Amino acid sequence: MPVIRAVSLVLAHVPSLVRLGSKPLRALREVEQPIDYLRPYLRDWGAACAYAPNQVFIGNVGVDDLAARPTPWHRHPVADAGRFGPDGEIMPEDEFLGLLAACDGFDLLALTGEVADRARSTLDAHPVVGRESGRPAVPAGVATAVLDQRIARHRAVPLVGGDGRLLGAMLPGHEDDDTLTGQVLLENLACKATAALALRHLLARPGAIAATDVRYVINCGEEAVGDRYQRGGGNVAKAVAEWTGCARATGSDVKAFCSGPMHALMLAGALVRAALYDDVVVVAGGSLAKLGMKFQGHVKHAMPIVEDVLAGFAVHVARDDGVSPVLRLDAIGRHEVGSGSAPLAVMKALYSEPLARVGLTLLDVDRFSLELHNPEATEPAGSGNVPLNNYRTLASLAVVQKLIAREGIDDFVRTRGMPGFSPTQGHIASAIPYLGHARRGLTEGRLTRTMFAGKGSLFLGRMTQLPDGLSLVLERNG
Amino acid sequence: MSMELRGKKVIALGERDGVPGPAVAECASRAGAEVVLTLTACYV
Repeated sequence: MPVIRAVSLVLAHVPSLVRLGSKPLRALREVEQPIDYLRPYLRDWGAACAYAPNQVFIGNVGVDDLAARPTPWHRHPVADAGRFGPDGEIMPEDEFLGLLAACDGFDLLALTGEVADRARSTLDAHPVVGRESGRPAVPAGVATAVLDQRIARHRAVPLVGGDGRLLGAMLPGHEDDDTLTGQVLLENLACKATAALALRHLLARPGAIAATDVRYVINCGEEAVGDRYQRGGGNVAKAVAEWTGCARATGSDVKAFCSGPMHALMLAGALVRAALYDDVVVVAGGSLAKLGMKFQGHVKHAMPIVEDVLAGFAVHVARDDGVSPVLRLDAIGRHEVGSGSAPLAVMKALYSEPLARVGLTLLDVDRFSLELHNPEATEPAGSGNVPLNNYRTLASLAVVQKLIAREGIDDFVRTRGMPGFSPTQGHIASAIPYLGHARRGLTEGRLTRTMFAGKGSLFLGRMTQLPDGLSLVLERNG
Repeated sequence: MSMELRGKKVIALGERDGVPGPAVAECASRAGAEVVLTLTACYV
């Protein structure tokens, strides 16, 4: 069986880019200065870093510790919060803008001189993506007058800081291609940059695989990279592999909305099991379009817009090393075309059926990782507590199967579930954020078995009414 | 609360993490309604 050799999870705090999220762009179209409207609700990096769910995301705080913390989390910062954690980091915006520019191989993103200089000096000293990592340099800045001209004459998208100052501008890739507008390319670039940051973190670990030993990269981010003749043509995986120095790798993109990462991990495991590759890396970058998706609810409740971070992850799937958690390819849960879309049917397909196939029940799983969206992001907007609802449905399945009594639902949810702590970054929030915690728990900790399940909203693309879903079981080795 | 759906036209709106549209449509259809539109929303 293949194993999960390493995991990295990163966040980039980007309050200035919240304005460019799909919802804020549409909702604030009539507002003359959207950034002025948003400013009172935008957090500085210190607040985002000390935000407990973000600390859980990078592995500094455990999920049970989060459950025990007072709420609302945005009013109870973590006292000793760190930028770096065992799984990754929370990168400040001024550095991330430089990372974006360094990831742009076509000179379409230009920063002002001041922003570029500041980004270069801090990013060059970065422990993982510093100059010694071999990455492209942060390009020289451009005069504000030039940026103004690009915005006025060439439809460049302005990047405006929280203080109202121009930070830079993103040019379109073609003057007559709706798939290469400045907005679309900025979204794609943000996806590439966060995925690349995550992969650099993974490659920088002590004992990590050398970049040149990575032979195949699978990207499962949701951005549709392409042009007008092949919208969504791909291959972000290869772009990320190139940027991170994986010179002997090739790769491809796997897409299934938010269940994409589960499919990608399954395929990575299958490639390793088939001995086609010894080492496969699965990556995904964040979704700029989903920044500020629920911002109206946050504004209404006079709370910070907590959807102000882009997320990324990388996972190294390898041959059995006798230590790392095993990816059970014989216990893949699949939502098939004929599975049905009723909640219990979906749950059976994803959880009880694959477990029963290998002689296990729901009670043999220590922790389930499902949709892990932070309820503090969704509840103010009326979208409910997504993880809790899903855990309760799962517990109901355990009741139906007579594994627990009805009175045991709350205990099942508390002990085998966890509070949602992921930013609403779609595919990444779908089970993935617990992977770092699970890997530690299955090697150094007391976990024996964990289960990950992602669900995809295929119907949003209007090609089928079906949902999608895939689940994976990770077990302690040996 | 009971609802007589026989002969009624129904728009089935579901939610991914609740009851999806097709499941709502199936129930409405079996109760005698004519389902004219089925949609599922994703709120995350």
